[in-house]
Amino acid sequence: MRRLLPHPLLTVSLALLWLLLVNQLSAGHIVLGALLGWLIPFATSRFWPEQIRVRHPLTLLRFLIVFVIDIVRGSFHVAYLILLGPARLRPVFVAVPLALRSDLAISLLANTISLTPGTVSAHLSADKRTLIVHTLDTDDAAALVAEIKQRYETPLKKIFEQED
Amino acid sequence: MIDILLSVLILTGAIFTFIGSLGLARLRDFYTRLHGPTKATTLGVGCLLIASALYFSVREEGVSLHEVLVTLFLFITAPVSAHLLAKAALHLKVRSLAATPPDNDAAD
Amino acid sequence: MLSTVIPIAFALVSLAFLLSFWRLLRGPDAPDRILALDTLYVNTIALLVLLGIHLGSAIYFEAALLIAMMGFVGTVALCKYLLRGDIIE
Repeated sequence: MRRLLPHPLLTVSLALLWLLLVNQLSAGHIVLGALLGWLIPFATSRFWPEQIRVRHPLTLLRFLIVFVIDIVRGSFHVAYLILLGPARLRPVFVAVPLALRSDLAISLLANTISLTPGTVSAHLSADKRTLIVHTLDTDDAAALVAEIKQRYETPLKKIFEQED
Repeated sequence: MIDILLSVLILTGAIFTFIGSLGLARLRDFYTRLHGPTKATTLGVGCLLIASALYFSVREEGVSLHEVLVTLFLFITAPVSAHLLAKAALHLKVRSLAATPPDNDAAD
Repeated sequence: MLSTVIPIAFALVSLAFLLSFWRLLRGPDAPDRILALDTLYVNTIALLVLLGIHLGSAIYFEAALLIAMMGFVGTVALCKYLLRGDIIE
């Protein structure tokens, strides 16, 4: 099983991407998409060293909902700050200590931070232990770090890293 | 009904696109300017693309979803480019309003 | 309703285009210019999508997809160049 279908999640998403790209749902394209989704992971297997395993699908779903809400919230927040003008901003660099260890979870956390209210991840330290985050406007850096850890890092750790 | 929804989506998208670029032109240092395009512009163009998908799904028979592909692509790539740009700026020691982080080993 | 909204949207996106272009010319640093260029790509996608709705034709979608991909690769390559002084290692 592992050898015939090394990355099932990748296969499914590639097949879906193919159907979106051709923009029609015919039997031929479903077969072609499935075939592409099956073959491409073999050709690119060196880019996928770790097996992706989702442990808590419900937590993932809740995380995705929080994520979408925060994207909208973040955009409105940033738009409001831009319209207020540059004089009112209090930009700060904060260092977020990471509890995550896998590359996938860290990159997902960094991307989430960049898309959510007033924060952009700027730099990951060489030992992958701290993430430098730039925030547009904050008066309490410690609370911001706590919010990032509680809101995004805890579910990501539960989904991708926790052994149970 | 669909017309109203489409108009709202298009207007919201255009306004967010505009605000993103306004931030890019108006704010005072590179790191604050980074926020406008990554968030406001991405959501704005996302709204426009969804409006387009809706428009073509209603006008022609059959669902048109390939605009979702561009939306997904933009939402995946926007934070990556923002991260790389911020990293490059830290490396080049671009002037910043905020104190730059102490353990700045951005050279790697 | 759509026929009044689309010109307004065109005007807003064009203004966004001009503002990004101003930042591209003004700088002052290399990352600012790359960021402006990246925003210009995204603004172009917005303009193309609006044009597609305005003309009622779906052929502009492929152009938008290509610009999104090429824009991302271009931004990453330029950032790599700033970080390492080299694009392909």
